[in-house]
Amino acid sequence: MEFGPHLLLASLEGFVTAAILALTAMGLSIVFGVMRVVNVAHGEFYMLGAVIAWWVASLLGGHPAIGFVLALVVAPLVVGALAAVADRLILQRINYDPDRTIVATIGLLYIIQQTTLMTFGPEARPVEAPFNTRLALPWFEFGDKGLTMFWPWGLSTTSYKLFVIGAAVAILLGLWLFMRHSRFGLLMRATQQDRETALAFGIPVDRVYAWVFGLGAGLAAVGAVLVVPIQQAHYLMGQDPLLLSFIVVIIGGLGSLPGTIIAAVLIGMSDGIISVFFTPTLAKIIATLLVAMVLVFRPQGLLGRRAQ
Amino acid sequence: MSDIKSNKPLFTRRATLKGIGSGVGAVAATGVLPGSLGFAQAQSSEPISIGFQVHRTGIGAAYGRWYSRTTEAAVKRINDMGGINGRPVKLVAEDDGTDPKRGAEVVEKFATQYNCDVAFGTLFSHVVIGSAPRAGELKLPYFVVSEGHHVASGRLNRYTLQPGITDVKSQVKAMAPFVAENLGKKVTMIFPDFAFGHDHRDYFSAAIKAQGGEVLETIAVPPTETSFTRYFPKIPRDTEVLYHVMVGPSVLTFVKELGEFFGPSRPEIFGFIDSLEAVDIRSPGLEFLNGTYFWEGNPRHAQADQSPYDKNFRAAVGVDDRGASLSDSKDVSTYSHMFGCWETLNVIKKGMETAGYQGPADRAKLIEAVEAMTDMAHSDDHPQGAKWFDGKTHQVFGHQYISKVEDGNLVVVHTTSIEDGMYDDEVDYTTRPL
Amino acid sequence: MTGKSRAPNLMVFGVLLCLGLLFLVLPAYHAGNLARIMVLAVYAMGYNLLFGYTGLLSLGHAMFFAAGMYGLGLSMTGWGLSPVPAFAVGVGAATLASAIIGFLALRTRGVAFMIVTLMFAQAGYLVILYFGAYTRGDEGFVIQQADRMIAGIDLSGDAARYFTAFILFAVCFLGLAWLVRAPFGRTLIAIRENEERAQMLGYDTTMYKLRAMIVSGAISGAAGAGYALLFGYVGATFATVQYSIFPLLWVLLGGAGTLIGPLVGVFFMFYLIDISSAVTSAYMLIAGLALVLLTLFAPQGFAGELRKRVFAWLP
Repeated sequence: MEFGPHLLLASLEGFVTAAILALTAMGLSIVFGVMRVVNVAHGEFYMLGAVIAWWVASLLGGHPAIGFVLALVVAPLVVGALAAVADRLILQRINYDPDRTIVATIGLLYIIQQTTLMTFGPEARPVEAPFNTRLALPWFEFGDKGLTMFWPWGLSTTSYKLFVIGAAVAILLGLWLFMRHSRFGLLMRATQQDRETALAFGIPVDRVYAWVFGLGAGLAAVGAVLVVPIQQAHYLMGQDPLLLSFIVVIIGGLGSLPGTIIAAVLIGMSDGIISVFFTPTLAKIIATLLVAMVLVFRPQGLLGRRAQ
Repeated sequence: MSDIKSNKPLFTRRATLKGIGSGVGAVAATGVLPGSLGFAQAQSSEPISIGFQVHRTGIGAAYGRWYSRTTEAAVKRINDMGGINGRPVKLVAEDDGTDPKRGAEVVEKFATQYNCDVAFGTLFSHVVIGSAPRAGELKLPYFVVSEGHHVASGRLNRYTLQPGITDVKSQVKAMAPFVAENLGKKVTMIFPDFAFGHDHRDYFSAAIKAQGGEVLETIAVPPTETSFTRYFPKIPRDTEVLYHVMVGPSVLTFVKELGEFFGPSRPEIFGFIDSLEAVDIRSPGLEFLNGTYFWEGNPRHAQADQSPYDKNFRAAVGVDDRGASLSDSKDVSTYSHMFGCWETLNVIKKGMETAGYQGPADRAKLIEAVEAMTDMAHSDDHPQGAKWFDGKTHQVFGHQYISKVEDGNLVVVHTTSIEDGMYDDEVDYTTRPL
Repeated sequence: MTGKSRAPNLMVFGVLLCLGLLFLVLPAYHAGNLARIMVLAVYAMGYNLLFGYTGLLSLGHAMFFAAGMYGLGLSMTGWGLSPVPAFAVGVGAATLASAIIGFLALRTRGVAFMIVTLMFAQAGYLVILYFGAYTRGDEGFVIQQADRMIAGIDLSGDAARYFTAFILFAVCFLGLAWLVRAPFGRTLIAIRENEERAQMLGYDTTMYKLRAMIVSGAISGAAGAGYALLFGYVGATFATVQYSIFPLLWVLLGGAGTLIGPLVGVFFMFYLIDISSAVTSAYMLIAGLALVLLTLFAPQGFAGELRKRVFAWLP
């Protein structure tokens, strides 16, 4: 393919990756920011979202859109509730100790994975997109006859992929409004800034934590429901989003939500664009090292504050 | 040219093997006699125990499930027919997590803890290569069902054999003439950036060159990739044939995105069914595959001229005419690979009978008996087709199938000969000590 | 007083004596397992120096383990080196890798350090795949039994393997027992407890952390090289994230910042999986539940709990 169209296609793909990544990482970022714990099971909440989407869609039948819309509501609720229960049962009892939280969430990861394997099975199962039209894209170029338009071979996207980008932007906007203007958002920010003072003012910190943990997991589940018509639900699909989300959260700057979004776009796009210039695996190596070097030279992340 | 090359040593090899075979046969005959008298007197009714290394968890779990079902069906059939040497067969299955480290531990467990007679059933190449050294050191016959070229390449050992499924080098080599003659000579290859993918790249590049074709571009996709579209623009415009092979849970995404990328103007497409193993070919988004071609190890959809053996095999394993589970039509089997478990178990049975196998002390005799095997007839023991076993390289050779997708059906359009997939020996394991 | 200061030494030698004698009484299968456990415990001990004693949580140690493994494997199959110099190449490769990564990653701290090490290790894994022509990528390669000989002793034999693993373990165990009680180790602990105070006392903490990283990487590399040598296989799986998470898990379970903790943690995880997988195919479920319960009821890990409750002198 010609260079220009290739770059456009890679950027479009990068945007889709970034959109999903922003949602998933946002969930982790909120948990990280407020509760200061590393949730290793975050990727499994993502996976559960996809699996539940498959259950809902296959139970309902009918037009794929019905199942999809319902899954978009059901999956985050179920996953969020599950996470809140896990928080109450486990994390609260170990007092959010950083080391113990890592072990406990690794345990949780094993439990969720194995349970899914035993119920859902080892196959990758598809969910049909509510709509999925291939859109061929035009390209403009200066030639002998001035500006001409043509349709390069292979330059295309699908209506669903465009929808994913739009949906992610809408959800993130909604989240921002929620955090700014709702009472819960206020409680959350208060708890984030100073746990002790929040306690002193009678904020039910324990309950806020459970809600935050649920919200974080729910966001991961939303990301998964959006992605599952493109990819498939599979019991091991959680690992990559987990690692990427981590990277995004840290690069963005701990606790900085705008930073998380910028980092998600940056990482999603760089993954796409670097792949234009190098062979695939080499592109991955370069992208990984680049991101690592960003942190080496800006350890607090893009929008993070200096203090630890 | 290449045919002559591979045929010539073949005849001499066959002749020498026959020599060895009859020699072993003579030795075995003396052993068999007391042996057969033995079980008439019920000397030992202890079951023969077969350690089954199975991918229950990890990336190979979808394959592992079908390997399990096939293996259990094959063992049931063997036991229904009276077992091996009059003794029942017992399966000792343990998960290896599709991990080479755990795989080696499981092989050790079979040998030293459970006292299994043989180990069997591994699919993923890295698990095979990780486990084989321990099997060799513990002198535990290790029958793999992996289609990797690791056995025949000489990198493993005297105790590791692959008698039930052909290897990737042979499969790829047999495809090249069909691709060059019917689809085109300018090929672009997409494959996973794994050793398995590199084997495809290397062996197919060489084979298509021998047919007067060329590989325009090779695109190696990094592992655990979940979206693929951004790699497709590297496919050169003048590609006549796109050759794809992909593994892992994202295969359906891969094929779907391929269709979305090309839209109405696709080149000829030739794929290994690995790209859609355990996936329904009628899944939404795969309509564009109509008119494309697939390598199949064993035709997933029952053909018009289905052999009675294939019919019996499907019934025994519980698979319908479209290769899906009888109880759940959405549960599609790994039909192109799992027959290998069935056939391997029958080879183990025959080998044990020839060797008059009594117990772990006869493991070396079992290896020699299997090494002496040559022709295997198309039969209920070998439902995929006739095969020829090379005792020196421990690798079996067989027919390959090329199917065309027509209305969501895989229709076999070409069956290669066994000779199409032959290549020169790279090792002679029989010279290594037992 | 003297009794108290002798107790750690007694424990160190007691553990080694037990491990040495166990070979005589254990059935073949468990002796084989113990050989694996000892080599993996070396890996965990190397990790523990950095995590448990210095307080740096790395998620990239698989890179050092793999550097040792590939350093030994490639120099044996590629250059035809014999095991002893190949082992040195493996440890050297891991030392070099940890020096470079340490130099870069120690500019960061906390979670950023965790992510930077994770990403370098991820890049390392991809490099192994990228050079598949030499490494055979994910599939890996075998080091033939015939090549795994030291002074005419076949290392794949039960006794030879066990005692090679034992020697490797003993050297690292004794070395670390000395190191963590030497001034160097004390300084590391001081950095873990309060880095700013250590700085104010005049210690160049970055230099100390870098040294800890290098020693930790070298020991992890020795474990990787030892594993490849004793079990005959080199593969990219060992460079994946899981193998960075394992030592963290082992150390946390056994007791971070204790000498015996890594061995206990590896032993526990190994047999947890081995025994439960013989009973059920859902062994991950059992492992997961066990981990959750342990964090609830033994938060300091086994050895850590022991130190807290019974033996305050445990090093």
